[in-house]
Amino acid sequence: MLAVDLLLALAALATAGQCLLLPGLFRAVANLMAFGLVMALIWVRLEAPDVALAEAAIGAGITGALLLTALGQLPASRRSIQPTRDRPLRQLIPITALVLLMAGVLWATVLALPKPGLVEEVAAVLPESGAEHAVTAILLNLRGIDTLLEIAVMLCAVAAIWSLQQAIPPPALGDHYPGLPTLARWLHPLFLLMFSYFLWQGAHAPGGAFPAGAVLGAGGVLLLLTGSIAWMHQRDFNLLLRWLLTAGLLLFLANALGGLLMTGTLYGLPPQLAGYFIMAIEVATALSIALMLMAFYLFGRPGAQR
Amino acid sequence: MTHLFSNIALTTETLFALVASLLVALALVSVFTARHLIRRLLALNILSSAVFLLLVLIARTADGTDPVPHALVLTGIVVSVSTTAVVLALYLRRYRMKPPC
Amino acid sequence: MRELLGAGFILLGIPFFIASTVGLLRFPDVYTRLHALTKADNIGLGLICLGLAVQASSVAVALKIALIWGLILLASSTGATLIATSAIRHGPAPLRRNDDDTHAGR
Repeated sequence: MLAVDLLLALAALATAGQCLLLPGLFRAVANLMAFGLVMALIWVRLEAPDVALAEAAIGAGITGALLLTALGQLPASRRSIQPTRDRPLRQLIPITALVLLMAGVLWATVLALPKPGLVEEVAAVLPESGAEHAVTAILLNLRGIDTLLEIAVMLCAVAAIWSLQQAIPPPALGDHYPGLPTLARWLHPLFLLMFSYFLWQGAHAPGGAFPAGAVLGAGGVLLLLTGSIAWMHQRDFNLLLRWLLTAGLLLFLANALGGLLMTGTLYGLPPQLAGYFIMAIEVATALSIALMLMAFYLFGRPGAQR
Repeated sequence: MTHLFSNIALTTETLFALVASLLVALALVSVFTARHLIRRLLALNILSSAVFLLLVLIARTADGTDPVPHALVLTGIVVSVSTTAVVLALYLRRYRMKPPC
Repeated sequence: MRELLGAGFILLGIPFFIASTVGLLRFPDVYTRLHALTKADNIGLGLICLGLAVQASSVAVALKIALIWGLILLASSTGATLIATSAIRHGPAPLRRNDDDTHAGR
């Protein structure tokens, strides 16, 4: 298996190096997407399937779509950085030495770190958390307050983007590229199926709200790209869209307050009802993650166009 | 320095720890030396991926896989795509106000 | 027996990947490179998926592998069409037989 590890390690270093060092922004973004895919394989190899699912949908899919759309807004002269004059050798040597020195120190430190781990502690409280899969139990019950704040961070990001500028009008790609809308239409049932499957599976196996939300968000970005979700851009649906975006956070807050009323601590879910609470939060988290990923993709406030 | 590395066997953990360290160093240097702002954003993305890799490696303890860092990394991936989106929107806005940037 | 059959299919698939990688690196322009690349997806990956499906432990796993192949076919054919359309609209024209090989290495 070490051969596979070596291949993955070389692929990760090669794609990251090409992304950061070679001239040309488009090439850099393409390399970043390849890097995301390699990272997803590395997560599988390191036995982190939840992370692999989220990384494949977000790191390789949505980040790349965001970057490519932003590049498409720039004129061609800004898109391709002119290859700067070759750096003289005396600049290159200290930079390489610095990279190697930092990497060496970091490597030695990481290898010397103690690995305490919370394996037993988590396993001890797992039966009363309402989920059998430890990662889901941590995300939605044990450290649910972190996930609540994370949804709040996403909402803040959407608010920041919408306050900056008006949305980029939807690209009518279907006119020139007829294959794309067909692909999006054919794939959409599959995206929905994967979403429900991950949600249902999350309580007892890898899956859950984050991969489900990421997969549905990636499918939604594909539909936005083909102009199939026109309502997100229309003024009439603006209010509805705002309510939908906040709904996940509101439901989360309601759960936290419900926990406060029933057990006396904020977000303290009563063990006998924890399964239902987790189901409700899981659906809300997944849907709001998907919707907010799509809202990022608008790059601004929708609904202002005539 | 050499005695630190003298008794390291090449295993999955040590190999990916080395990869993560190299990625952190490369990305950190690029964040400060890259000329184009979007290139710095790419470097930040790679930096966060490398940190996630370190976290997942620390999660592999002797008595099983610790799920807490996995949950942290899942949250981190979503927060990092939020940061990317905000930075891109800021960049486009800045570009429209005053093109050469 | 099944393992031997699976290994045979996978061995048959590998040359397609090697050939298409060589084509990707050596062919002169976008269109010919796409031609090389899609061969790996269609036949090479198809043979490898077939080899894996023959060895699979249950029918459900074999069907999942077949689904993966179908999805990649769908995505790669659409992607190839998109790249080719975009290259026709904005990029260089396809090379003719008598053209100089000016695009090589681009």
